[in-house]
Amino acid sequence: MDRIPILKMGEHLLVTIQVDMHDQIALNLQDDLTNQIAKYKAKAVLIDISALEIVDSFIGRMISNIAGLSRILDAQTVVVGMRPAVAITLVELGLTLDGVRTALNVEKGLDILRTALKR
Amino acid sequence: MTNVGCDQIAQVIQKDEKIILEQWGSYQLSSFTMRRDLISENEVKQESRKFLQLFSGALQNNKNDKLTGNEWDDVRVLLADVSLSRAKKGFSPSDTATFIFSLKQPLFNIARENFKDIAILAEVLWNITVILDKLGLYTTEVYQKGREEIISRQQQEMLELSTPVVQLWEGILALPMIGTLDSSRTQVVMESLLQEIVDTGATIAILDITGVPTVDTLVAQHLLKTVAAARLMGADCIISGIRPQIAQTIVHLGVDLTSVITKATLADAFLVALERTKQKIVKVAV
Repeated sequence: MDRIPILKMGEHLLVTIQVDMHDQIALNLQDDLTNQIAKYKAKAVLIDISALEIVDSFIGRMISNIAGLSRILDAQTVVVGMRPAVAITLVELGLTLDGVRTALNVEKGLDILRTALKR
Repeated sequence: MTNVGCDQIAQVIQKDEKIILEQWGSYQLSSFTMRRDLISENEVKQESRKFLQLFSGALQNNKNDKLTGNEWDDVRVLLADVSLSRAKKGFSPSDTATFIFSLKQPLFNIARENFKDIAILAEVLWNITVILDKLGLYTTEVYQKGREEIISRQQQEMLELSTPVVQLWEGILALPMIGTLDSSRTQVVMESLLQEIVDTGATIAILDITGVPTVDTLVAQHLLKTVAAARLMGADCIISGIRPQIAQTIVHLGVDLTSVITKATLADAFLVALERTKQKIVKVAV
């Protein structure tokens, strides 16, 4: 079964979505990520969706959920690399991902996480 | 066509082609709507000759008076060419239709000379009128279509022109919006803003609505959509250029802009943007 790898980098967990997200993958990712955050006591999660070209309302909500649940597990979360078309689609679907931090690319996302962890 | 077959008319036209062309040409050129500055006499004559040839050919093979058969295809193509090129040159609709309608008089003259029997003459004249009216209408239709194409192209160009995204500073973009914001423009604005965010890596975008004449709930919703989309790309938005009346309308309408930073002028917004990106402009001591 397809799984999305979750990479550990110090206190950060790195999730890069490189395949077409379908519903089962999203559900698996949700499980895996919560387990990993708990296991490594990760303080920050970075989700890179730069390869994601197509989103529907379900995937949009999954992204929002994943960000929400890692926040509950006390890990700062940032979603990076959203494509313009994906952003427009999510807005049109009414999913503005309020409360999820966003950045243009991985570099800027890591900057945000670093400053957030320093506080 | 009835008693007097179309091929008879066609024969007459072919026989007297020269006279018809001469008369037709002078009618066209003397017509008060004729724009000599837009088209040369030669061009008119060439178009007329070609049309008359195709026209008589089509008449000969005409099967019904609906002008729908294949035999009229060439005529139609030529007419479409003529009226499209005139639409582009800036002729008025009546100028363009005159091309066909001014053929009536020469044809009538010829018919009067060739058909002496009153009953037959009436029939012939009627047939000619019906055919030319149809062709004239067709010309106008194509003309209209040509103009509509021009209008929609200009509209598209205006859309692109009126929504520039400019980089004010490192990491700071500005969108000076001018004109009414409707959904199709918002779409263009959003797309170009997001693309520019990707290209420049900007973290702040200033939406300046100084040039937006009215802000109603729909426009406000469009603005908020743009802000939300930019935020998803990791860029914060500041809305600037809100005039006093517009501020009043926004509050009266109950539009919630609390999730966005709003500033009165672009300068104020720029200062905030500089602060956010940890930059500073200082006066040089002389």
